[in-house]
Amino acid sequence: MNVFSRAAPKKGENFELRADLNSEYRDKRKDAIKKVIANMTVGKDVSGLFPDVLKNMQTEDIEQKKLVYLYLINYAKTQPDLVILAVNTFVKDSDDHNPLIRALAIRTMGCIRVEKIIDYIAGPLQKSLHDENPYVRKTAALCVAKLYDLKPELVLENGFLEQLHEMISDSNPMVVANTITALADIHTSATSQPSTSSSDPAVFTVTPTILNKLLIALNECSEWGRVAILSALARYEAQDEKESEHICERVVPQFQHVNGSVVLGAVRVIMIHMRKVKREDFNKQLIRKMAPPLVTLLSSPPEVQWIALRNINLLLQKRSDILSNEMRVFFCKYNDPLYVKVEKLDIMVRLANEHNVDALLSELKEYASEVDVDFVRRSIKAIGQAAVKIEAGAERCVNVLLDLIATRVSYVVQEAVVVMKDIFRRYPMTYEGVIPTLCANLEELDEPEAKASLIWIIGEYANKIDNADELLNIFVETFTEESYSVQLQTLTAVVKLFLFKPDTSQGLVQRILNTATKDCDSPDVRDRAYIYWRLLSTDPGAAKSVVLAHRPPISLPRTTVAPALLNELIGEVSSLASVYQKPAATFIGQGRVGAEAMQRRGADLADSAKTALQTVAAGQASENLLDFDDEPAAEQPTGLAATQVLQQPAAKNLLSGTSTNPLDDLVSIFGSSSLSPSVPLAAPAGGAAALDPFHGFGGVVSPISPAAPAQPASASNQQEDLLGLF
Amino acid sequence: MTLPDYCKYSRAQTTRPALRGPTPSTTMISAFFIFNQKGELLISRLYRPDVKRPIADVFRIQVISSSDVRSPIVTLGSTSFFHVRVNNVYVVAVTKNNANAALVFEFCYRVITICKSYFGKVDEECVKNNFVLIYELIDEINDFGYPQNSEIDTLKSYITTESVVSSQIVAEESSKITSQATGVTSWRRADVKYKKNEAFVDVVETVNLSMSAKGTVLRADVDGHIQMRAYLSGTPECKFGLNDKLVIDKSERGAIDAVELDDCRFHQCVRLNEFDSTRTISFIPPDGEFELMTYRSTSNVKLPLRVIPTINEIGTTQVTYLIVVKTNFGNKLSATNVVLRIPTPLNTTSVECKVQTGKAKYVPEENVVVWKIPRVQGGQELTFNATAQLTSTTTRQVWARPPIDVDFQVLMFTASGLIVRFLKVFEKGNYHSIKWVRYLTKASGTYQIRF
Repeated sequence: MNVFSRAAPKKGENFELRADLNSEYRDKRKDAIKKVIANMTVGKDVSGLFPDVLKNMQTEDIEQKKLVYLYLINYAKTQPDLVILAVNTFVKDSDDHNPLIRALAIRTMGCIRVEKIIDYIAGPLQKSLHDENPYVRKTAALCVAKLYDLKPELVLENGFLEQLHEMISDSNPMVVANTITALADIHTSATSQPSTSSSDPAVFTVTPTILNKLLIALNECSEWGRVAILSALARYEAQDEKESEHICERVVPQFQHVNGSVVLGAVRVIMIHMRKVKREDFNKQLIRKMAPPLVTLLSSPPEVQWIALRNINLLLQKRSDILSNEMRVFFCKYNDPLYVKVEKLDIMVRLANEHNVDALLSELKEYASEVDVDFVRRSIKAIGQAAVKIEAGAERCVNVLLDLIATRVSYVVQEAVVVMKDIFRRYPMTYEGVIPTLCANLEELDEPEAKASLIWIIGEYANKIDNADELLNIFVETFTEESYSVQLQTLTAVVKLFLFKPDTSQGLVQRILNTATKDCDSPDVRDRAYIYWRLLSTDPGAAKSVVLAHRPPISLPRTTVAPALLNELIGEVSSLASVYQKPAATFIGQGRVGAEAMQRRGADLADSAKTALQTVAAGQASENLLDFDDEPAAEQPTGLAATQVLQQPAAKNLLSGTSTNPLDDLVSIFGSSSLSPSVPLAAPAGGAAALDPFHGFGGVVSPISPAAPAQPASASNQQEDLLGLF
Repeated sequence: MTLPDYCKYSRAQTTRPALRGPTPSTTMISAFFIFNQKGELLISRLYRPDVKRPIADVFRIQVISSSDVRSPIVTLGSTSFFHVRVNNVYVVAVTKNNANAALVFEFCYRVITICKSYFGKVDEECVKNNFVLIYELIDEINDFGYPQNSEIDTLKSYITTESVVSSQIVAEESSKITSQATGVTSWRRADVKYKKNEAFVDVVETVNLSMSAKGTVLRADVDGHIQMRAYLSGTPECKFGLNDKLVIDKSERGAIDAVELDDCRFHQCVRLNEFDSTRTISFIPPDGEFELMTYRSTSNVKLPLRVIPTINEIGTTQVTYLIVVKTNFGNKLSATNVVLRIPTPLNTTSVECKVQTGKAKYVPEENVVVWKIPRVQGGQELTFNATAQLTSTTTRQVWARPPIDVDFQVLMFTASGLIVRFLKVFEKGNYHSIKWVRYLTKASGTYQIRF
């Protein structure tokens, strides 16, 4: 023992523990081990006691054995030379008559990641894989995965992989489930190495034979096993339509499982295999069966609820018919956590239609009187979204907004003003009657977005508001103190006013162009002021057709993620990617994706890339993409988690150009362009502000290239401008 | 215009066709921690080598010490922390990949349920006192980051508070345990024997209600649980029948007392494919207590309590309350533990309450008046009168008027109208079994009336 004494403490807690560990009384030794584990947990260094703890490994007491094993797992790395002393006990235990002990030994050996011990593991593992007891077999199956993680050659040399493949036919469903898990784990770690080729034995493809075994085991194994099998089924590529139907039929009963992850796993499999099924009635039936279990997930604990809600949100973007009659179940409870409430709001708006808009509005109005400022704002936004979405309900929405403005609570009023602006953009020349009410609150506005919105409204309707010049004059007075988004709006509004009423506002427009070009430190504001100035001085008629051009009404985007990404995410229901609604590569993989890995994933995504290009060409995607800047509401559904926490890695990824999703690349370009000085001023100011600069540019372009084919003018011009960036 | 990067993808496609399809979204919980409120580690178990211990400090700093965490999942770099708060501890699972989020949370909650069942509660003290057992448990229910058998009944048979000594006899027992833990009926031992064969069925319904100030029902639904305690010998085959439309739809149409269930979910012992094809609920029950099924019903919900509030703000200094509670069920039944929590404005100084039944008390720290009624029969009407005095405040703030919250329990009453039609037990031994059924409708924190 002299060898070890160098590390021996002479006094203190470890010294006492060492004495106890070597005590002749069993109870004392066991208590000492417990203390060691307690110290280990709180982070005290007890690695010095390694040999003393190890001595207590050989015992009949299972609890004590487990504790020693736990210690071993934690400290084996620090004492690699001494671990060899434990090998004997492990090998002996793996031959024990008690299957629990056999399994325990195999399980623990796999967790000890020390080179020296690995060579001893092959023998016992070989035996355990063929153990008569299924409990030992299922543990051994996972141990193969552990071993592969540590030393892949050893797994291949010993033929463990072939044995795993045989074990898929095991009579015990739990063994099958764990075998599938192990194979998937090996597959993942093998494919994450850039050097693996498709012929690598570690690559695990689900074949039709395996499929049948999985479908049988699915109904018999434990809940976690079902999840493992379901995710294997999700990877299976069905041979034909009939097979897809068969899989769906076999998986549907899992909707009734009590475990939410089994339910979502089943949803995922069905959404994937449904793609191949052409029979619409069959699909409709599946969708109908899917709705009740999804709603039931809302009775789960809040965290699970949130996962379910995020996924429901995605599913609704893919199939808007899933929960068409179920809006009421998404009404917020007073004591729901905020993250749940926010998701529910978004889903409520998605489910809103002409028939339920009244119920929705009274509910949203109720939320608008709650305490949480953030939630109140989102509720008011939701009212605006409902108005934009449902024409028949727009008037009622406006009335609710007027009621809210009447409360004179500052943030409620400001949010309502912002929302009203969107309603004006959707229904031009319809609700002019409310403008006086809005203007009456002019003094109360102190947030840039609200101010900018009101100014936009004044500018837009300058010909109908008698005292528009007075109102705008207030903002011209304080022009240099305002934020850029407000400046840009003021500028445009005054120009509009001038074009409407040239006689009365000549002085005002002179003053603002002067201030904006001379005293303003934002290049954007100056640029825009110069453009206006030149336009006005050369050809007022052209100016009119540019600034007062007809703009297409806005609409509520049906999706918040690009179509190709949506398809990808639907295939990953219940995973973290679907919760964040971002491709997995943006939050895993250390923010750096190697060229090879890129290429490899490129293969997976080739289809999506093609689709993406097509969609871009068709100009459909641009609508979505523009909405990122254009319609602030579109960005909200990304959720709190996504916006707050994800921002960092995601942005990092996108900017460094490592994102692997092609559409995401497009988005990132827009995203980063909004970081460059040209758009950000507009972006926070919401739709009005963002539309105008584009509109301005579009207008500038159109006289020069009158051949521009696209109509409606402004939208397609924006597209072209932006697509030109590539 | 240069060619966008993604155009190059198509070239790669031909070289690597075998890897198509989504990457498997695996579970792989890399580490599992339990923290106390201060961020001290109580339990720490690293399942996979891709995380190291200091990751726990990251969580402490970023989540526990941070006041602005509003999401249950926090992703930092490529590490995601899934956390659930129970009492004064955080249960945390860490993953490094595109994890199955639903499963990770289900797992966290399973750990909590198991701990509750073992120790009666989950808090810092109990975690500290039982850490050895908890280590044993989390080692058993998760291997290499993949959840394993977590049936409480089975776990209890081999992870116990008393130490087990391995011997020949135990080994035989262990074989049984292991075959149970992996078997087709992993939830049941084969050799269960009872003198008296009994089965107790508890139908427990939680009513969710939100009622608008005008008295219209915005949302009323029932979350039902059927809890079963089976003390039956051998391997009994059970068949269970309810008066639900799910069954009746197939056979007989137009039954009057049928209840429409929107959805139901079953314990894993219930044969799901059989339910899917024939709508029969058949199963071999676990021994002892378990949750047989949960269901949801939204149509024809009978509300046991009707609350009619009349609340007036008089000027800025007073609020008057008149609240009438009507019990809406047969007078042979009674509601117990009725608790109304009636919100008061934040600047309330005192509240004067008048009630004929029960006790009402103003609780300033929660800004509510709590009105407790230990017992009230069906068909009754109770009233509550109160006046709250307010201090005058300089800032003019509108009172948010949170809803009135009602808790109660009504025995032998189901809000959905669900009735257990039959429970048949078939067993080789052909013994006689006694079955008991109980019904309970309750609300706690879910029965809300706005005003």
